[in-house]
Amino acid sequence: MARKITIEPVTRVEGHGKVTIHLDDSNNVAQSRLHVVEFRGFERFVQGRPYWEAPVLVQRLCGICPVSHHLAAAKAMDVIVGAGTGDGLTPTGEKMRRLMHYGQMFQSHTLHFFHLASPDLLFGIDADPAIRNVIGVVLEHKDLAVQAVLMRKFGQEIIRATAGKKIHGTGAIPGGINKNLSPEERDEFLKGADPLNADKMISWAQAAVDLFKDFHSKHKDMLDNFAVFPSNHLSLVRKDGAMDLYHGVLRAVDANGKKILNDVDYQDYYNHIGEEVKNWSYMKFPYLKSIGKKDGWYTVGPLARLNTCDFIPTPLAQKEFEIYRAYTNGKPNNMSMHMHWARLIENLHAAEMIKQLLLDKDLQGKNLVTKGKKQLEGVGLLEAPRGTLFHHYKINEQDQIVMANLIVSTTNNNEPMNRAVSHVAKSVFTGKAEITEGMMNSVEVAIRAYDPCLSCATHALGRMPLEVSLYDSKGALVDSRRK
Amino acid sequence: MGGVLVYGYGNPGRQDDGLGPALVGMLERERIPGVVTDCNYQLQIEDAVAVSESDAVIFVDALSVGGEPFTFGELEPSNDITFTTHTMSPASVLALSHELYGRPPRAYLLAIRGYEWELVEGLSQAAAGNLEAAFRFIGPRIGEILAGIGRDAVTEGSAIRH
Repeated sequence: MARKITIEPVTRVEGHGKVTIHLDDSNNVAQSRLHVVEFRGFERFVQGRPYWEAPVLVQRLCGICPVSHHLAAAKAMDVIVGAGTGDGLTPTGEKMRRLMHYGQMFQSHTLHFFHLASPDLLFGIDADPAIRNVIGVVLEHKDLAVQAVLMRKFGQEIIRATAGKKIHGTGAIPGGINKNLSPEERDEFLKGADPLNADKMISWAQAAVDLFKDFHSKHKDMLDNFAVFPSNHLSLVRKDGAMDLYHGVLRAVDANGKKILNDVDYQDYYNHIGEEVKNWSYMKFPYLKSIGKKDGWYTVGPLARLNTCDFIPTPLAQKEFEIYRAYTNGKPNNMSMHMHWARLIENLHAAEMIKQLLLDKDLQGKNLVTKGKKQLEGVGLLEAPRGTLFHHYKINEQDQIVMANLIVSTTNNNEPMNRAVSHVAKSVFTGKAEITEGMMNSVEVAIRAYDPCLSCATHALGRMPLEVSLYDSKGALVDSRRK
Repeated sequence: MGGVLVYGYGNPGRQDDGLGPALVGMLERERIPGVVTDCNYQLQIEDAVAVSESDAVIFVDALSVGGEPFTFGELEPSNDITFTTHTMSPASVLALSHELYGRPPRAYLLAIRGYEWELVEGLSQAAAGNLEAAFRFIGPRIGEILAGIGRDAVTEGSAIRH
């Protein structure tokens, strides 16, 4: 009987994930899987509720990226109130939402780099976990830590100014926005006391990219060879091919860069994307229908976005994008650890976009909402920090939601995360009889590159986030690790 | 900033997970001089800034096991980092604040027992009772903490009413 190694975060309510690595009697990896228990109750819960409640209701789904759900639902409701499919909002409405979105992107990407990536990159995967963490970074790289904390704070303040409040923000409403940005708020972000201003955020975001490039130059072997596998890539892009994290058309490329989904309107996403159910995971496996279930899976998120777009429409990020693309000779980058590089380039883009938007007088406009002829169905898509987020709703004549379908970023990345785990498992577990901290962390590093949202909406004390258990050939527990 | 920061965290859209923000909402209505309130879905690294600027901090969270109707105790900084970016413990926020700014305030955790965690707005009946008990308890404790840091919490009729 083969042994089974389990890595399982135990949660009470929403999704939880575990990694099972099946070893044969010779301790070779026979099979590895990332199981994610996805909470799907939300789609039933929202049925019967008035459509205009959706942008607030959906924030119950996730306490980590509530802004992304808030905006995706609002975009779907724009269609339902007849405000068009992304291009019908007033300039103030659209630009306030974009500011909110890029604020979210900035704080989320900053957190991921500082909290998850930098400890592994600065200390190494095999480093003592006592130092390979946020506090370790603080002790060894205090300037970086201070920057990260204040970058997060800046992003959160952008969200507060646009969404209205931290919990259950109400800024985006069907057809627009419920407030503009006052000149005082704008000036605080543009000219705030050093370091809390847009220019400093851009310079720190640039420094983070430079830090990664410096690390990469010294650790190419690890970063270029860890969990590398060919993948399709999918994201929104602007109609002219530019990176656009808020709105655009759906584009997918294969591992060689060939377009396999050619800039389609996402209102018809269901004609292009299917969702496969597998009996060993509650989380579905999306795929491109034109390719089929077996080979149609794709990656979303920073790596995918830099593989699908033609250029980045802000100067500093574009310069970094050119360096990044040149590294793979213009071909799609399929190196999982380069997700961190891509994420930091996006973070620089987000900082530049925030300043660009703050300088736009439309943010002080008074015309906030667009309405038109009511529709009974709407789809809202955007690029959340972790990848493409789909919200699809149908309503009845009584304005009640009768159908909701959400494909969240982590679901889109289900297959690539499994592939990443499989590659790492075969690399580090083969021939090993026990779990070391470094082995366990290697699997985590592969998963964390995708920044999955496995268990986020509730957090109450009493939860234990991660467990590794090792069973012998008779099924008896012989080793266990918990963190 | 100074004073006492009362920071509730949790998701009010998931029933009793919203106990922390609910208690903060009750405190906000009392407008106690020297008390600053804040809440969010979870604690994060930037909260170390506000923590460092306070004389004392009371974190308020939901509790999923034991401790009825609530538990209250002093916290020490601790480096208990979790698997994801998605939350930090109050002790790790304290540790971060300490290491970054070198000024750890006195810190306490009020953990209120909850029971239901579904996609529903509003507390379960049992949790609401625990919230009332925690609110009755925390008022005098805040007064003691404020007095300990040189502020008078009960001047001009501003103390928490029970």
